[in-house]
Amino acid sequence: MTRDRGTLAGPRPRGHGTTTIAGAALVLGFLGVFFAWPVVAILRLGLRSGIDEVLTRPDTWRIVAFTLGQAAASTVVALLAGMPLAYVLARVPVPAKAVLRALITVPFVLPTLVVGMAFRALLGVSEPSAWAIVLANAFFNIAVVARTVGGLWAQLDPRATDAARGLGAGPFRAFRTVTLPALRPALWSAAAVVFLFCSTSFGVVLVLGGGRYRTLETEIYLRTVRLLDLPGAAVLSLLQFAAVLAALAVAAFARRRRESVLTLRRARGITRRPSGVEWVTVTAAGAVLLALSAPILALLVRSVSSRTGWTLAGYRALSGTGGVLDVSGWQAAWNSLRAATDATWMALLLGILACLVLTSLRNRWATELMDAALMLPLGVSAVTVGFGYLVTLHVLPGDLRTSPLLVPFAQALVITPLVIRTILPVLRSVDQRVRSAAATLGAGPWRIRREVDLPLAGRAVVTAAGFGFVVALGEFGATGFLARPGAPTLPVAISALIGRPGELNTQMAYAACVLLMLVTAGAVLVIETLRSDLSGEF
Amino acid sequence: MRRSTARRTRAALAVAVTLLIAGCSLTGTGRDPENRTVTLVTHDSFAMSDELRQRFERDSGFELRILRKGDAGELTNELVLTRDAPIGDVAFGVDSTYLSRALDEDVFASYRPEGAAQIPIKYAFGANARPTPVDAGDVCLNIDLGWFEQHDVPPPEKLADLVEPRYRGLFAVPNPATSSPGLAFLLNTVDTFGEPGWRNYWRQLLDNDARISSGWQEAYNQDFSGSSGEGPRPIVLSYASSPAAEIGPDGQPRTRALLDTCYRQVEYAGVLNGTDTPKGARELMDFMLSWKFQSRIPEQMYVYPVVMGVELPESWQRAAPLPESSNQMKPERVERNRAEWIRQWRSLATG
Repeated sequence: MTRDRGTLAGPRPRGHGTTTIAGAALVLGFLGVFFAWPVVAILRLGLRSGIDEVLTRPDTWRIVAFTLGQAAASTVVALLAGMPLAYVLARVPVPAKAVLRALITVPFVLPTLVVGMAFRALLGVSEPSAWAIVLANAFFNIAVVARTVGGLWAQLDPRATDAARGLGAGPFRAFRTVTLPALRPALWSAAAVVFLFCSTSFGVVLVLGGGRYRTLETEIYLRTVRLLDLPGAAVLSLLQFAAVLAALAVAAFARRRRESVLTLRRARGITRRPSGVEWVTVTAAGAVLLALSAPILALLVRSVSSRTGWTLAGYRALSGTGGVLDVSGWQAAWNSLRAATDATWMALLLGILACLVLTSLRNRWATELMDAALMLPLGVSAVTVGFGYLVTLHVLPGDLRTSPLLVPFAQALVITPLVIRTILPVLRSVDQRVRSAAATLGAGPWRIRREVDLPLAGRAVVTAAGFGFVVALGEFGATGFLARPGAPTLPVAISALIGRPGELNTQMAYAACVLLMLVTAGAVLVIETLRSDLSGEF
Repeated sequence: MRRSTARRTRAALAVAVTLLIAGCSLTGTGRDPENRTVTLVTHDSFAMSDELRQRFERDSGFELRILRKGDAGELTNELVLTRDAPIGDVAFGVDSTYLSRALDEDVFASYRPEGAAQIPIKYAFGANARPTPVDAGDVCLNIDLGWFEQHDVPPPEKLADLVEPRYRGLFAVPNPATSSPGLAFLLNTVDTFGEPGWRNYWRQLLDNDARISSGWQEAYNQDFSGSSGEGPRPIVLSYASSPAAEIGPDGQPRTRALLDTCYRQVEYAGVLNGTDTPKGARELMDFMLSWKFQSRIPEQMYVYPVVMGVELPESWQRAAPLPESSNQMKPERVERNRAEWIRQWRSLATG
């Protein structure tokens, strides 16, 4: 294995400069219209006065410190908990692995309000608690680690580890010196995404922080939405922006130093029964799985309990149309599936295009800059983007501010970085020599894409699609903002139900949560089927 | 390498299903070229049955489109930001807490709907014809009747009682900075105890172990013992109408709103300045003050109708009567001080 020979430095397939530029223009154009323009417009509205007043208040810096601290702690917890799961997904022959994947993915889509309430009940915390915030953030993001890292791990050639073991390295040493360096691109990708998610997590901090623990995101929300203090919000947004850029720079730096060319192969046939200390990892994975299941089980139990005992009233009411909801739970589930589908294909289109551009660009700085730009939507407050839309998008034909298309657009903006971070590590790990060999043999650039990159990245693309789809299913910020009445998605329905008094409404809300979990698990299972079919291709 | 036929079929099927979902899901409904669509911008709690909606569309000939925008505060701020290019034709849900901001920014056009004469004067601030009150909700303390019976403690009667030692650790309230009913409660304490008395009251309240949660949902569904969540605390800040949703199998309400602790929030609707469908907008305003719409307000939105003579549902008359006198504050005073009161509250509550 060639260590520390970044693909960025390797020779590139030649002759498709125009295509690359066109692709870059399309991706950056979308980003410019649906992200940069609205954000800059709303910041400009705010940045007229009072910057120094916000910056000189000690409060502001306390909030910055807490934001970064809790995000870093959550990221560490998510990494520690996610790695054993990634190992099991990649290397251990578990029966019904698709079910396991589905279970791991479910936490990611649950509405934060509901999970926050489940955590409050489970941890027995009634007072605001920083630890509860960290644990809940990690709970949401373990799936990111398990899936991003597990995806690359499954495709690593196990022979390198075997060779190290054969040469006398213990299992831990083999992991540390062979496997871990190979996994680094995916680890840093996952860490960057999780850190960004955690530093901007809103519902979790609000519910479990109870107003005492404040992050930049909750402050921006408060000042924008409730106080219309646009100057204050703008300054805080800039601070958040700076923090995110710093985090991205650190991740990019670490990634560049570590990224290496890997020998990838198809995943089938490289799982085996764990032996010796590997059982420790499997046990740890089991423990994490149990911990993940606790809030899920709590929601299940709540959905069938009433003051007088067990009941299915919530489920029965959910299949009818009476009460608070305009539509049945099934209809809401269908609406969720449709919106998520639109968001997914948009994000895939953008994400794959972006990945191709990123691996084709010859200028290192251009690559890094574009990579960072594509990650920014994860780090900027949804409120800032949303209010930015209000002051800009009416200029476009069709007044997109009130178009139902805006939901999938906004969701796609959230998912695209995930798609990129899932596909790019795999694409970058492709040995450049294979491409060069193909080029030498006379293959054109698109042929190389088709014959070399696509088969190797195919599984990552399907993983990304599945993950993006699932995120869109559970997305609430943008959806709640713009969903059509008469066509609520499941998360919108849950929030409507939980906002009403009455036992039946509460039961229906929890039943709708269970339905959301089932829809998610079902979607993941379908995607897994697709994925295993695809791997038969090569 | 060739795949087996079965696998290929399965993959093709999965792809086909995906494409099918994708194909039929892009349903764009841009603005109607003839402007037979009227757009109502409102908050998340707005609810209107299909039957009512169809009735409006049949009677007026306009198609009704509804955009939901967070809560009353968020809605108002969005209306202010989009003043020059409104996102709809009618807005519903700006409440008395935010009314003044909407008026200052000239968001609403002047229109006096049919039926406006039937609204009692107590709901209207000033003689202005824009916008128009549509419903009223009262934010009051709610108590768990069973708990007070079992523990042989007399229920509190007024806000000042809550700081007594015997109510220590019994009260749950949502954060005024992040929740609309929480803000109403803060305004109620300012109105009741004045400046600077309200800050002193809150200090005593916090010393008496009042629990603050971020939203109404947590306070009511998790901390309150009278809801199905069966939390530990028998006193919660909620709405005068909440007991109507807590009627037991025996037909008796399990909770009660303390009618001497209420703060009234009136919700308004108005035609937006700059609408390109003024006729449709007026039709919609008239409809919202019609008997048909007003009589469905309690069951759909858990608030009280404002038009005189519209009767409450039977269960409401029993469990959730409208408080006779509620505190309220002039919108201009709220607008002038809201940000500062929230800031002061935050510094004393979160240290």
